[in-house]
Amino acid sequence: MSVLSVRDLNVTYTTKGGDVPAVRGVSFDIEKGRVLGLAGESGCGKSTIAGAILRLHSPQTKIEGTVLLDGQDVLALSPGKLRAARWTGASIVFQGALHALNPVQRIGVQIAEAIRVHGMAGEREAFVRAGALVEQVGLPSRRIDDYPHELSGGQKQRVMIAMALACNPSLVIADEPTTALDVMVQAQVLQLLRSLQHDLGLAMLFITHDLSVLVEVSDDLAIMYAGRIVEEGPAERVFRSPVHPYTKALAAAFPEIGDVRFRGQPSGLGGDPPDPQLIPSGCPFHPRCAEVTEVCPTIDPELWRAGEGRTAACVHAEGAPVFEGVQR
Amino acid sequence: MTTTEPALADAPVAPPPGRLTPRKVRWLRRRRALGRFWRQYRASGMGMFGLVILTFFILMAIYSALGYGGSTNPIETLQNPTLEPPSLEFPLGTDNNGISVLSLVIKGSKTSLLVGLIASVISMVVGTLIGMAAGYRTGWADTILMFITNAFIVIPWLALAIVLAALLGQNLWIIIMIIGLTSWPGTARLVRAQVLSVKERTYVERSRALGGPGSHVVMKHILPNVMPVIFANTILTIAIAILSESALSFLGLGDPLNITWGTVIDQAFSKGAITIGAWWWLIAPSTCIVLVVLASTMIGFAFDEIVNPRIRER
Repeated sequence: MSVLSVRDLNVTYTTKGGDVPAVRGVSFDIEKGRVLGLAGESGCGKSTIAGAILRLHSPQTKIEGTVLLDGQDVLALSPGKLRAARWTGASIVFQGALHALNPVQRIGVQIAEAIRVHGMAGEREAFVRAGALVEQVGLPSRRIDDYPHELSGGQKQRVMIAMALACNPSLVIADEPTTALDVMVQAQVLQLLRSLQHDLGLAMLFITHDLSVLVEVSDDLAIMYAGRIVEEGPAERVFRSPVHPYTKALAAAFPEIGDVRFRGQPSGLGGDPPDPQLIPSGCPFHPRCAEVTEVCPTIDPELWRAGEGRTAACVHAEGAPVFEGVQR
Repeated sequence: MTTTEPALADAPVAPPPGRLTPRKVRWLRRRRALGRFWRQYRASGMGMFGLVILTFFILMAIYSALGYGGSTNPIETLQNPTLEPPSLEFPLGTDNNGISVLSLVIKGSKTSLLVGLIASVISMVVGTLIGMAAGYRTGWADTILMFITNAFIVIPWLALAIVLAALLGQNLWIIIMIIGLTSWPGTARLVRAQVLSVKERTYVERSRALGGPGSHVVMKHILPNVMPVIFANTILTIAIAILSESALSFLGLGDPLNITWGTVIDQAFSKGAITIGAWWWLIAPSTCIVLVVLASTMIGFAFDEIVNPRIRER
């Protein structure tokens, strides 16, 4: 059984300006001990999925579909059961550790908070465990007596990771855990996450807009565009030989250091992601696509087979039905 | 252990707990935090000035509460000269009954400070509860609570207080309740604004994500971050409460059985102190009111400066 199984997830924010469909029919599974990387531009719905897994959105937000976490449907849980499932079933490493720590509480209190809220240990035990967790992420245990402002950015992110592990969750959601960190610290934090994930056999959902980071940490990769997954498959192969033109553009945006071909001409993708309220007809990517065909504005592509263990939502995919005028 | 404590109190970084019990560590921490606060506070000349004045009046109130300060019973002061200007025997002069104005001022300090303190505590509690509820809950609860708050702001408090005092009678506790229940809207709005900003921070979302119930989130994360603002605001409210009590007393709505600075002014005014030229009878209690209001405002500002570092920069 998968640790996390998401089926046909739709998340719609209700605003004064009308409904905003942020996630439109997303499905994926994460097995125990596997890391799924979720990539895409800002506003494509990555963090919205993270919030939906723990049902953190405001009550006005419409969430449809099923989210099975350890076999129980999170979207159908009673408030009490939901609280119990939070952090024990899945925990989140928030983006921007700076703001996810309460400035007026000591680190130890905040790590112990998770343990205490779930009644897993008494006050003293919770602190001992907080100390052990802090050591596990490579900080001296006495740092639990520090306030957040006494730690550096990387140390704060380590504390957030320690906190995410506090209740032995089966799934850890890392929501852009390395943004706002410099490259060296970023590498250390990634290394730490990867080794903890490996040692503890955790399932992990890793969210970022940085494809190069994802290739390092994830087993599988899912690329999102305009609230949908457009390509999915083993990380290395999706990155090296992308099928969907959007993935191609993302992968091409990372220059190969030392490769003469990239010199002087960084490649990028023109245009902006579509407004979630005005999604283009047919394939939502067609206005920006380099390989657009005549049928693209009319055909809404599904995730078709695109090689061994891979799928892509593009008419050029190997498993797509035959369309007139489309060359493979 | 006792010899190491002073050293710990000045250490910039918390020492490893070692063999100290958690309770001891917590107390050391608190004492250190208090020491830090005091050091910052001492740097503010305005704050120290206010503190000295307020301490003086608090000591005066305690002195009076212990039964000293001279008699304010007209029957016991029949021998005294009436309307005597300040002299060695009566440093602040006497009133029309021969009561020493100094005795009146000392006696009045107790009630005036008590009214200010209790009324502002009532105002703080009501304002904080309503502000927190309105800020944390969104939708209709917020709308209704803010409607009530705005209604209380719009109603002229003095008119409301006069009506209430006339309806409920002139009892000291009723006066306290009236002042407390008419001065909370400002606090409520302030607290609500602060809660609105604090509750959107990621650590509040984190606390919800890790399964904390609403009460836990409010008590552990929101209240501690709003507390300093509430505290600074309450000290400022004391000044308003004392002024309000004086105003009510001056209008003859005070408790006739209790001497406050306001009732002394009222008496002086109605017995024609101005026409007689008995300036001391009016000046002494007025100065006391001005000084206490000034002192608590100064302390409030000094608190605000420590609590709100952005002001300190200026």
